[in-house]
Amino acid sequence: MMNVKIEVISSGCKKCRALFDLTEIVAKELNINEAVLYSNDLNKIVSLGLMSSPVLTLNDKPILVGLLPSKERLKEIISKNL
Amino acid sequence: MFYPIQLLADWLTYTVFKITPKTLLGDAVNFFIFDTIKIFFLLIAIIFIVSILRSYLPPEKIRMILSRKHKYVGNIYASLLGIITPFCSCSAIPLFLGFVQAGVPLGPTFSFLVASPMINEVALVLLLGLFGWKIALIYIISGLIIAIFSGIIIGHLKVENLVEPFVYQNSINGNVDLPSMSHHERIIYALDYTLDILRKVWPYILIGIGLGAWIHGYLPADFLAQYAGSGKWYAVPLAVLVGIPLYSNAAGVIPLVSVLTEKGVSVGTTLAFMMSVTALSLPEFMILKKVMKTRLILIFTGIVGVGIMLTGYLFNWLL
Repeated sequence: MMNVKIEVISSGCKKCRALFDLTEIVAKELNINEAVLYSNDLNKIVSLGLMSSPVLTLNDKPILVGLLPSKERLKEIISKNL
Repeated sequence: MFYPIQLLADWLTYTVFKITPKTLLGDAVNFFIFDTIKIFFLLIAIIFIVSILRSYLPPEKIRMILSRKHKYVGNIYASLLGIITPFCSCSAIPLFLGFVQAGVPLGPTFSFLVASPMINEVALVLLLGLFGWKIALIYIISGLIIAIFSGIIIGHLKVENLVEPFVYQNSINGNVDLPSMSHHERIIYALDYTLDILRKVWPYILIGIGLGAWIHGYLPADFLAQYAGSGKWYAVPLAVLVGIPLYSNAAGVIPLVSVLTEKGVSVGTTLAFMMSVTALSLPEFMILKKVMKTRLILIFTGIVGVGIMLTGYLFNWLL
């Protein structure tokens, strides 16, 4: 499987944690072996130039900002950006 | 416009549940069913529309608009754009840092921090549904004026030294490329968002309307006038103070206070209370301490609090 870095950056909100849990499940289903990272570092969000949380990044590029999608949607977004 | 809902509520109360009309129980149940259906209908419609708008104007774009505007105009824009931006205390920090580090001055940043939670779509729906469009409009316009002027005053106070120094050590480029959204994605985003908000607020709204219905049916009219009528000078500041810790329950508080006005609490006091519940929030202050000194939070609270009280007194006197 290809090398990917998937990270959920949180502001500490409930939605952020939920997105992380969902991302882990989806990553597994997409056969991504690397662990999904979880960060509470708000500065990361800000330095990406973003202001909404949670942020989902793939290889440090934001692919989802400020919302918790359904599982199918998330799968679509991740695989589209792989 | 809500006539069909009234018919439905009548039918449910008196035909399906077989409750005798014109009794206290009948009134309360009918009121509860009518308000619940009406509010949820409005919530779904309005949150959906606002979410669609918002998908075109995320905070990152708003920042771009604001960093190019001049004094005063910036405050007006910030307050208007605050209306469509959702706000939870957990987004206060990224918003604050994101604005300030991209070069938006403190004044408009504060205007935004006031307007965004105060004029939110849930509060709007509840005001519209339970108080009618006139009060909803008064609330929006007074809220905007408070947000604009609080921001202008804070901008003039030159309080940059009360912001934590690390904030100004970084600067960021505000021109970011957001993941783009198709038409279809916007609709899905709006639906998701609407459901998300509904999931969060429905218990509070039901409890609020439920308690409200009980009060509507069982407490005599003007029961509260002796404590909180417009003649009582302390009612407005008290309402503001009580409102500060109640933020998370704005959805339940508004249905409740809408009934309290029937029982004699004056309109200005009610407005001040609702504004305090939405705009001044204890959890938000705790979070903001990470980026600014307590003195600035107190100045901010003081200015907004005074603005809210003036609004309260003004409408107690006018209406």
